[in-house]
Amino acid sequence: MAQPIREMHLDPARAEFYRDLMRQMLLVRRFEEKAGEAYAQGKIGGFCHLYIGQEAVAVGALAALRDDDYVFASYRSHAHIILRGTSPGTVMAELFGRVDGCSMGKGGSMHLFDMERNFLGGHGIVGAHLPLAAGAAFAAKYRETNQVAVCFFGEAAVNIGAFHETLNMAALWELPVVFVCENNRYGMGTALERAAAVWDVYRRACSYNMAEEIADGMDVLAVYEATTRAVERAREEQAPTLIEARTYRYMGHSMADPIHGHYRTKEELEEQKQKDPIVQLQARLAADEIMNDEEFAAMDRRAMEEVEDAVAFADESPDPEPDALFTDVYRD
Amino acid sequence: MPTITYRDALNQALREEMERDPDVFLMGEEVGVYQGAYKVSRGLLEAFGERRVVDTPIAENGFAGVGVGAAMVGLRPVIEFMTWNFALLAIDQVVNSAAKLLYMSGGQITMPIVFRGPGGAALQLAAQHSQAFESWYAHIPGLKVVAPATPHDAKGLLKSAIRDDNPVVFLEGEMLYNTKGEVPDEEYVVPLGKADVKRDGSDVTIICHSKTVGVAHKAAEQLAAELDVDAEVVDLRTIRPLDVSAIVRSVQKTHRCVIVEEGWPFCGVGAQVVDDIQREAFDALDAPVLRVTSADVPMPYNKVLERAAKPSPDDVIAAVKKVTYLDGN
Amino acid sequence: MEALSPTMEEGKVLSWQKQEGDRVNDGDILAEVETDKAVMELQARGAGVLRKIFAPEGSTIEVGRIVAVIAEPDEDIDALIADAGDGKQQAPKTRAAKKGAPAAAPAPTPEGGAEPAAPTKPADRFKASPLARRMATERGLDIGRVQGSGPGGRIVARDLEEAPAAATPLPVGGYEDVELSQMRKAIAKRLVQSLGPVPHFFLTTEVDMDWAADARDELNAHEDGVRISFNDIILKVTAAALRQHPECNAWWQDGTVRYFNEVHLSVAVAVDDGLITPVIRNAHLKSLRDIAVESRALAEKARERKLMPEEYTGGTFSVSNLGMFDIDQFTGVINPPEAGLLAIGSITEKPVIDDGELMIGKRLRITMSCDHRVIDGATGARFLQTVRQMLENPLAIVY
Repeated sequence: MAQPIREMHLDPARAEFYRDLMRQMLLVRRFEEKAGEAYAQGKIGGFCHLYIGQEAVAVGALAALRDDDYVFASYRSHAHIILRGTSPGTVMAELFGRVDGCSMGKGGSMHLFDMERNFLGGHGIVGAHLPLAAGAAFAAKYRETNQVAVCFFGEAAVNIGAFHETLNMAALWELPVVFVCENNRYGMGTALERAAAVWDVYRRACSYNMAEEIADGMDVLAVYEATTRAVERAREEQAPTLIEARTYRYMGHSMADPIHGHYRTKEELEEQKQKDPIVQLQARLAADEIMNDEEFAAMDRRAMEEVEDAVAFADESPDPEPDALFTDVYRD
Repeated sequence: MPTITYRDALNQALREEMERDPDVFLMGEEVGVYQGAYKVSRGLLEAFGERRVVDTPIAENGFAGVGVGAAMVGLRPVIEFMTWNFALLAIDQVVNSAAKLLYMSGGQITMPIVFRGPGGAALQLAAQHSQAFESWYAHIPGLKVVAPATPHDAKGLLKSAIRDDNPVVFLEGEMLYNTKGEVPDEEYVVPLGKADVKRDGSDVTIICHSKTVGVAHKAAEQLAAELDVDAEVVDLRTIRPLDVSAIVRSVQKTHRCVIVEEGWPFCGVGAQVVDDIQREAFDALDAPVLRVTSADVPMPYNKVLERAAKPSPDDVIAAVKKVTYLDGN
Repeated sequence: MEALSPTMEEGKVLSWQKQEGDRVNDGDILAEVETDKAVMELQARGAGVLRKIFAPEGSTIEVGRIVAVIAEPDEDIDALIADAGDGKQQAPKTRAAKKGAPAAAPAPTPEGGAEPAAPTKPADRFKASPLARRMATERGLDIGRVQGSGPGGRIVARDLEEAPAAATPLPVGGYEDVELSQMRKAIAKRLVQSLGPVPHFFLTTEVDMDWAADARDELNAHEDGVRISFNDIILKVTAAALRQHPECNAWWQDGTVRYFNEVHLSVAVAVDDGLITPVIRNAHLKSLRDIAVESRALAEKARERKLMPEEYTGGTFSVSNLGMFDIDQFTGVINPPEAGLLAIGSITEKPVIDDGELMIGKRLRITMSCDHRVIDGATGARFLQTVRQMLENPLAIVY
């Protein structure tokens, strides 16, 4: 689907909404920067996949949801769970492996969960959570709750069987699910063009007779609008949508991977940073006099403070008790 | 007490549980319109409609995952695999999702799901369609693994599995579907994790499950008739959690043990049982515990070779003679 | 009491070298003990004062029982004394006695080996199922005395069920009960293990010993002091023949037959109280002279009861010679797990026909006992034929 030409001016009546999008992008940007720092300090172990650069996708898409909708994400999901309302401290504590973490320290960076907010993970196997999201959508339809399930995944997941199987069933069974492909152009170090025969991810929807959306993933409002349409389609028509949001990750695949090198150039990275989602929105908010520089600086300061608090909370949280090793293997 | 087939006993369990709990639904290939590849789901589509009896495309990983997702938010899916051979395509969802979500969510996500279907070798279906996967799934913490041998147990265990709040891998015996047995009219369940002594005996314990219960039984009858050896047949019924106390109780009585299973020998169910026995009943043993398994090869097509590959009553008798020191050595 | 031979179940204390109150060091000789095979020295396994002797000279003590206590002069050994009185076979592990060590048990190490380790349990050296061990303990049976019927001689439950033997009715008339010596007990035990379960059969051949006699005379003409006996020649020949017939150089091991590449000859030696079979190891590699020297030395030691266990175990084939008693021919009892034995009679002069001429010849009758589970008639016969040819033909031995 072609992208509609964007209105040049923002709607002053929605100033608060725009500010909130900015606040959210700043919060998750600062959170991820702090997480990178903590990883370097050894406070976070294992794999840690940062979201810096992609903020517009999660912020824009999740802004289109109801609180009771289901959200599934991959292992790159620190932002998504925070945006669902889980406190940054709880998430940071999970990254630190502490007992106050959202998964009691037993999930870690890749396995974040908050059932209260219908944030259903945090999944570490590429593509494996797509059928899960379809399952939640199946349950919503089964119970006629009018809930929608939204599933975030990277563009590399579209080459796995689960993607194909799930989109087929979602369309076949008319499930209220929205698939948000965060196309950050690289599956680890393999460019999409080197992994897929079809380079436009959204075009795959036609294989399943499914609605499609293509959005500029560096533009939070574009993502918001595309997702809003998709969610409405799901909720009102029980029809799934495949959204492709084209974005870019600034960091390496995980903290253990190089930021650039064999697979992409520093120049490409710098060029992409020119389209930074925060900078873009800030410029538009300033141009339309919705938020000035001081207000932005103050908002950023608050985000940083919130993240500092999150680290302090995580630092103070203890390790799980030794007997936690054996709890929650089975439900009694 | 009515005598019905194992197949119909499973059908009754599904029907009763779907009547009992509106959150229970059945999903899988050919479960609805076709009435089930093995007719276990016969009549359920008519009784419960398409909403609750869902035919799927051939997409095991996909529909297993749909089941997991539905269970995450509170439904109680019964996912039928046409056979467990095809479930290999879905093992990521069974192992990496279903088994682990409770733990890695710090106890937030309950996973009341049953994965069921026929396993083990049938007749001349060759390597890709003839295998017993109990030990694969039993290896995984977070899963329960059930493999009933009789219509009575099949029904009672499936009902328990559906009511269980944990993911249950329910392996039916493809060759058992037509076997008959008494199943009471009244409501009952068979608890998970409890073995059953199918034949009392004093000289040797034969541990078995699923199809090998029949093998063990034949061996036991022949041992009694020909060698005056009184074998106790213990049907594990549930592989995980394993009923170690029942195993130990029997071995402490008989002092000798043979384990018979349809899986392959390496890291098989019997290997775990041997480990439990040597730890819990070491001083009761009068002989090393022996195992009878399928031959350590992919299943051949040829009828003669296939018969040789499967555990037989003769194999069990030979093992029993060894552990009772009646083999002349 | 330590196990001082592989088959020892009890030992008789012949004399104490240390007395109560003596200070002893690790390794000191405490006592001389007669085992089923030899007179052995019982060594101290720790230092201290020999506080208490439980086994007076002349007494017989089961392996594993406390014979004495070595401890510090002021150490409380009451618990050990009590345990010894109870007849406990294990070294006590009570905390009260944590410093005291039974004389024959390893001493506590200064680094904090707080408890003395249990002395070797004789049962450990027998293969037995866990259940059989437990039953033996519960019934107070010495499992070492039970004959195992399982694979490799494993003692299993049914062996214990059949273990208690019925009392034999006494014969009427005068008799004398003679206490069995340790050796007599061992012989009795070994030999009933043989003829009963081992299906013997016998092959006899007569050997022309003229060449052997000439050769012996020539060799003994050398003035190096080593006298070669006929028996030495027979041993040398037997070893060489076994190398050609490894099927006779074997052990029956219930379930398997172990064929040996090396020849270790058990040589029966009569001693005052019975017999013992010291082993000439690797006899096939040894010269006649070496065999002569070694067999002489071993026989000497055997008669002095000084053989070490490794000197009378591990044979692969036996040779028993009663020629010195003018026995023309006899049958020997196989020494299990070996599968064969040569019984050597005396060399006699008898009239023989050689090339149509009546002459006086030296003749020897050798009878081979075979375990039929290992050796068949023809197999044994072929071996015996080789032995005969080697004795009769000077070249065959080096062929």
